[in-house]
Formats: sequence, structure tokens, C-alpha cells
Amino acid sequence: MAFDVHDIREQFPILNQKVHGKPLVYFDNAATAQKPIAVIKAISDYYLNYNANVHRGVHTLSQRATDAMESVREQVRAHLNAAEAAEIIFTRGITDSINAIAYGLSNTVQKGQNVVITAMEHHSNIVPWQMLCERTGAELRHLPMDEHGELILDRLEVVIDQNTAIVAFNHISNTLGTINPVQKIISQAKKVGAWTLVDGAQSGPHTVVDVQSWDVDFFTLSSHKMYGPTGLGILYGKRERLEAIAPYQGGGEMISTVTLEKSTYAGLPHKFEAGTPHVEGIIGFGAALKFINEIGIESISAHEQSLLEYATKECSGIKGFRVIGNSKNKASVLSFVIDGVHPYDLGVLLDQQGIAVRTGQHCTQPIMDAFCIEGTVRASFAMYNTFEEIDSFISGLKKAVSMLL
Amino acid sequence: MATIQEKQQILIEEFAFFDEWMDKYNHIIEMGKSLPMLPENKKNNDLLVPGCQSKVWLHAEQHEDKIIFSADADAIIAKGIVAMLIDVFSNQPAQEVAAAELKFLEDIGLKDHLSPTRANGLMSMVKQMKYYALAFSA
Repeated sequence: MAFDVHDIREQFPILNQKVHGKPLVYFDNAATAQKPIAVIKAISDYYLNYNANVHRGVHTLSQRATDAMESVREQVRAHLNAAEAAEIIFTRGITDSINAIAYGLSNTVQKGQNVVITAMEHHSNIVPWQMLCERTGAELRHLPMDEHGELILDRLEVVIDQNTAIVAFNHISNTLGTINPVQKIISQAKKVGAWTLVDGAQSGPHTVVDVQSWDVDFFTLSSHKMYGPTGLGILYGKRERLEAIAPYQGGGEMISTVTLEKSTYAGLPHKFEAGTPHVEGIIGFGAALKFINEIGIESISAHEQSLLEYATKECSGIKGFRVIGNSKNKASVLSFVIDGVHPYDLGVLLDQQGIAVRTGQHCTQPIMDAFCIEGTVRASFAMYNTFEEIDSFISGLKKAVSMLL
Repeated sequence: MATIQEKQQILIEEFAFFDEWMDKYNHIIEMGKSLPMLPENKKNNDLLVPGCQSKVWLHAEQHEDKIIFSADADAIIAKGIVAMLIDVFSNQPAQEVAAAELKFLEDIGLKDHLSPTRANGLMSMVKQMKYYALAFSA
């Protein structure tokens, strides 16, 4: 199907509104993406027609809800090319997924070992590992980055060594847009027998991921950044890995037998899905995946790439404009500062002109420290954004700068 | 010397002159630009107003029965807002600052116009000024 941004926009009614009297330009997609009608309909269809708790009832509605949820599990498996659907766990989000693994490793990681992250992680891929290291006495290390916002790969063999238990890093940086060389990092981890976790928060909506060809141990996605509902994450784990670690939450659904003294855990994926799952979210996410795949992730990514190039080129004419993160390999995130102007001020004045961007530290305080800045303005693009919107953004930005300087 | 009430009224009239919010912001920004900067050595963490998204330093001293505020901020809109507050509160009797009702923020619509986090920041500035005023009038 040919990529037509105007057809796509019609699927996102929220975009058709005015903010402060100006047409909305939504450039905060790296924080969360808007939802197409198909997703909204799938959720309301669930509540209108077959809302029931899953996996328990023998009754028809429960069966329908269970089937719908399990078919999304299979859809996600196919999307990531996982070996089996039982390796797909539904979580509350990326943060929840990473915490599940970091907690699950509490009894296996030991003092003397280390955990490796990178200098460009967001807080949810830093703090759970700090907590794991505090619990176990393991050392937390990071792979450094250079002034372009690229990882310094020459350091790989020094940082990841025989004592590395797990290497956890993002595929694409939410702040810098850098696309990290996943396979290179995984292969170094494999060489020393370390496990790997890739945070796909930003790659989910933009790139094709094949967990088997990567040979990654854990991979995690966020539904709401992929045009799906909030409150849902995906955790992929290789069967042998998921079987080896402890579940971090106990409760219903995750057990096979319970006595008052002792319980035995259910098999995968249920072992990691305590409690009633986010059924509407899962069903909505299934619709989002279908929507993305019908348009084609390659076409989406090509469109976003041309938006990024156009925006970067147009912005560079603005006096004092400086891109934060100019990796050669970059996804549709344009993070920048303008000399002498505070990002918050730009954010306020852009909002007054109907333009939604993110300002601040983007939950990546260490990156801000590395670049010695207080924060950035971040414009991030999605499938429904247009060149005309970038033009509005550029003129809005110029107007804001002229007021501020 | 105009009273706190009169100062507020002047601000309300100034802002009524602008229809567009961009113009109101422009006015806030101009006020921010004309507020004298605090010397770097005064911008220490003790003077930071808690709860603001950007950094706002607020300094208060007593001159006879009057309270004198000075402030700075790293973001110009925040600085403009604190400049308005200084315009209203500075060089006024501490007791009156402590007791004053601020109606201009609502009258010019700023409080409703700011996002909740920024409105909280604004209220933190007011609170901080009133704390100083209370301490000085004790």
C-alpha cells in the first residue's frame, strides 16, 4: 500500500484540533504516540461486546476475551520473530519489564560480577540496575559515548568482561535519536557469556526487530509509543532465560498450585503475569500492531527519516541552533538547544503556537550532564507528521527565539 | 509610593492592553529582561525556590520596615513572572506583603493559562515571598 500521510492523518482524529487557536502540531511522539481509530474501536468493541476476565471462566465471553488476548500474543511473537508465543510476556510497560528482569536476577547475580549499561540510557534502564547492584554487591558499569552521542565501541571489550552478568542498553536513544549497533554489542556480550537486554522503547515504532537473528536474551517494547494504549509493555525473553529467573510478583494467574504453605509457579508466560492482565490494552495493542504492519514499518521509517532530515536542515539556519546527538545513524528525534535560550521558554512559546514538543531532561539526566546542558527541546516525528508541520514548527521556533533573545 | 493594591491594578491594566497571549508573554519576557540580574555569587542553592521547573533564585532583605526582594531565573519567562511579583511586593511593608491577597494573577488570567506544573511553580514563588515577609514582620 502506498504511503499517503493524508490518508494516515484521517485515522488520527485527535490531530484535527486547534491549540491556543492554532492547528495542533504534535511533535512529542517519542513520549507517546497518538492512537488511530482502529485502536480506539478495538478497545470499545471489547467493552461493548466481550468484556470478561481471561483464562478463568468457562463461559463464552471469557473464552472470547482469552482468545483475543492470546491471539495478540501470537501477533507480537510474529512481529518480533520470537520462537514461541510463550516467550512473550505482557507487562505494565518498559519500566515494569526491566524491573522484572533486574529483580529476577537478584539471586543469580553475585558480588564480583558486573552489570553493564550505556551512558545514554533513560532512568528506567538505569535505576533498576542500580537497585540490583545494591542488593547483590555487583558493580554497575557503563559504556561511554562521544560528543556526537555515539557509543564508544572501542571500549566494548574493556567494559564487558568475563565478570559481566548482563548488558542492558537501548536500541534507540530517546534523547539523542542514536541507533545503537545492537548486534555488535550483543556479540561482545555473547563472547564472555553475559546475558543481554535491549530496551526497544524507541525502536518499536520505527524499525523491524528480529529477536532470533539478534540472539538477544530479553527485549522490551512499549505499547503507547507504538500507537497503542498506555499501561502495557511487552517483555520478550528466551524460554531458557525466563525459566531460569524468579518471578518478581506473586498472585493469581502465575501459579499452578497454591496451598497455604507453598505455591508452585505456572509455566511461561503466566509465571510473569500475576493478576488480571491489561486485557483492553492488549487488544488495543493488537490493533495498533496490525495498523503499523499494514502501512509497513519500512515506509513509516522512510517517511520519518525524510522529516528528520528536512527539519534538521531547516533548523540549522537558526542562529545559535545546536543539535544534541548527531550520530550518523539516527531515528526521528531532533533534540536541540539554542544558545542563550532556555528550553522551557521555547516550550512555552511553541505551545502558544499550537506546537507540542518535549522540553527538559527527558528522564536522561546523565546525558544532560555529559553535554553540560540543563535540558533540550525535543521534536520527535511519527508516521502522521508532515513537511508543512515542520514549516510551522520552524516559523514558530524563529518567532519564539526572536522574542526571547 | 504605590500600595500593593495599586501595583496590582497597574499590572492588570497593562495586560488588558494585549488580546493575544503571545503578546502577553512578550510583555512578561520584557519584564524578565529588565529585571536586574543577581550576581553569580548570590545564585546559590539556598536561594532556589523549590517546586519550579526552571531555576529561580529569590533573595529578600529588610530595609527599615520595608522588604526588598531581588531575584533571577535561568528561564526568561520564569524571570518575567518573578519580576511581576517583585514589582508588586518589593519595597512594601513586610506585614502587608504577608497579608496581601494577590488578585492580579487571576485577573490577567496567568494562573489559568500556565500548565499545572508551572502554576505550581508560580504559587511556590508567592509562598516563598510570603515566608520571608512573615519572618521579617515577626
